[in-house]
Amino acid sequence: MRVLVIEDDQETAAFLKRALKESGHIAEHAADGEAGLDSARTNAYDVLIVDRMLPKLDGLGVIKSLRTEEIHTPALILSALGEVDDRVKGLRAGGDDYLTKPYAFSELLARIEVLARRTSPEEGSTRLAVGDLVLDRLSHKVTRAGEAILLQPREFRLLEYLMKHAGQVVTRTMLLENVWDYHFDPQTNVIDVHISRLRSKIDKNFAQPLLHTVRGAGYTIRDSAH
Amino acid sequence: MTALTKLFRTTTFRLSLTYFALFSAAAIVAIVYLYWNTTVLLSRQLNQTIDAELKGLAEQYRAGGRDQLVRTVAQRSRTPGNSLYLVADRNEKQLAGNLRAVSPQLWDSVGPVEFFYSRPAPGGTEQRLAFANVFRLPGGDRLIVGRDIEDRRELSRLIRSTMLWGLGVMALVGIGGGYWVSRRLLARVDNLSDTTRTIMAGDLSRRLPVSGSGDELDRLAQSLNLMLGRIEQLMAGMREVSDNIAHDLKTPLNRLRNRVEEALREPPDEVAYRDALERTIEEADGLIKTFNALLSIARLEAGAAGDDRDSLDLSALVSDVAELYEPVAEERGIVLKADVAGSVPVRGNRQLLGQALANLIDNALKYGAPPAAKGNGHAAEVVVRTSQHDGIAEIAVSDRGPGVPASERERVLARFVRLEASRSEPGSGLGLSLVAAVARLHGGAVRLEDNAPGLRVVLSLPLETGAQGTKTADRPSPGGELRPT
Repeated sequence: MRVLVIEDDQETAAFLKRALKESGHIAEHAADGEAGLDSARTNAYDVLIVDRMLPKLDGLGVIKSLRTEEIHTPALILSALGEVDDRVKGLRAGGDDYLTKPYAFSELLARIEVLARRTSPEEGSTRLAVGDLVLDRLSHKVTRAGEAILLQPREFRLLEYLMKHAGQVVTRTMLLENVWDYHFDPQTNVIDVHISRLRSKIDKNFAQPLLHTVRGAGYTIRDSAH
Repeated sequence: MTALTKLFRTTTFRLSLTYFALFSAAAIVAIVYLYWNTTVLLSRQLNQTIDAELKGLAEQYRAGGRDQLVRTVAQRSRTPGNSLYLVADRNEKQLAGNLRAVSPQLWDSVGPVEFFYSRPAPGGTEQRLAFANVFRLPGGDRLIVGRDIEDRRELSRLIRSTMLWGLGVMALVGIGGGYWVSRRLLARVDNLSDTTRTIMAGDLSRRLPVSGSGDELDRLAQSLNLMLGRIEQLMAGMREVSDNIAHDLKTPLNRLRNRVEEALREPPDEVAYRDALERTIEEADGLIKTFNALLSIARLEAGAAGDDRDSLDLSALVSDVAELYEPVAEERGIVLKADVAGSVPVRGNRQLLGQALANLIDNALKYGAPPAAKGNGHAAEVVVRTSQHDGIAEIAVSDRGPGVPASERERVLARFVRLEASRSEPGSGLGLSLVAAVARLHGGAVRLEDNAPGLRVVLSLPLETGAQGTKTADRPSPGGELRPT
């Protein structure tokens, strides 16, 4: 995955480049809004990581310009402003995701990986499958190895989100945001409890677990037999 | 700046000076107009009378010659009054009339003329002003008919001097009055600004003096006093917050520092390092959470957030959040019930209200279990109930825990306040402050009640009026992605 980091703080940029490289991605860096806009126009990137406050042209300006030019490279906004209103502004400007500083790198990585692959074929399909687990988005039925699994509506949505991003790491915040549409800190490990409930329904009676915990990052659903 | 220049610069003084100038100008214009008009009118009348008399006398002359004229004039001259007559021949010899000692210029002038003449008076003669018309009779004789206008001149002199005196008195009263009023006002304003300076110097408890007259300065002082009260309150709040920050942020920071220091002091060991670093990250995350909560509260209290408001149904929100926490409750052996009947429409920010509700439920789950040792005869249960009455929407979160003593209920809403009993649980002491800030931002309030036994926290918000049965379908679908593909 080719990532463009538009960030004016040299140290942060260097850290991101290094960390992205270690995760197997190619990262390039632009130090201000104008340079970033130029690079994003001329090169094909999978994801843009855009700091909100930048010299010359601010992050929202960069994204707005790109969107008016019909360049739809997914963009993640990094900002110190973390209020609900700021997030809404960022997404209205054409950003695809919003992450507040300070953040954990695992959170950033999970989010950009999901962004880069959001146009995967599973996105639009009505039937999601991971190993022998099958989820039908139309009939809202879930089966594992042909055996029907009864899920609550929210558990269904949780599983649907995980399966839509099968093989990718999904963080707790991403789940809270996308499954519950809440953008605040729930204080307690609510997501973990929901996951363990879901896990008990889909993995408990099967030898091969599908729902895995990724330490320090979040969860992923994948067929480890492959 | 001397006291006098300061006085001259006051608005009141300048205002009285301006008024004085305007009034004088108006008075002068009025008096001059009146004076001028009267004079013109009187002169014209005089002229006409004299003309008529001249014509009559000329008639007599034509009818009976010089002798008759002389007779008539002599006769008229004897009548007391201010009429003046003179008939003279071509050698300027006076034939009849009560005018004497006429200047040569008068002889040669033709038409209406003003001149001085002398008249016997007690103790000599006096010079008086007269107005006359000189008429040349055929044969070189001259007839002068006039009126004494000295009285009129006296009158105008009187008017002039009255006007000058009047203006003088007006100036004196105007400037003096302006000075006096300004002095009084200046004294009050000086008093106000002195007090303000004392307050600015740091004595926030001082208040501006209010005279009690209810005038505009009083009203200003009252408003400023209210503002000062608010500022004092905010400052006190800020001092409290910084004290709390000092304590509640420095303590974990210190812990974090100690841990790193300790790890460095120990002999190099990768496992120990890893462990220390992981715990450092954990501690840092906790600090970030506290910091975020503090910032959120500050922004909410400054009214700088949450402008994004929608019509939403509190009951739906309660079911939603309760569902989020239900597995946590179950894990802790507590029954979490959402008791919602019918929609309760409010206008608000879903995220903020959701977070407030999450904090309340989280608190109830953490601190709301019956005391483990002896229990209190009630099952561990947290009930979230929505209701509406008299234009108020309410969410009540009730638990069966130890509750909060009545004396502490106000205090726990403040930042960083944690009751001794709760110190063992993780938390920042900001949860309820955030709930209170969210409530205030939405024009509502939070109160703590006795659930006998247990605690009931009630979040009340203004009910949205005019919105009958808010559609739950309007809520953003929680299952959807952040953004359409």
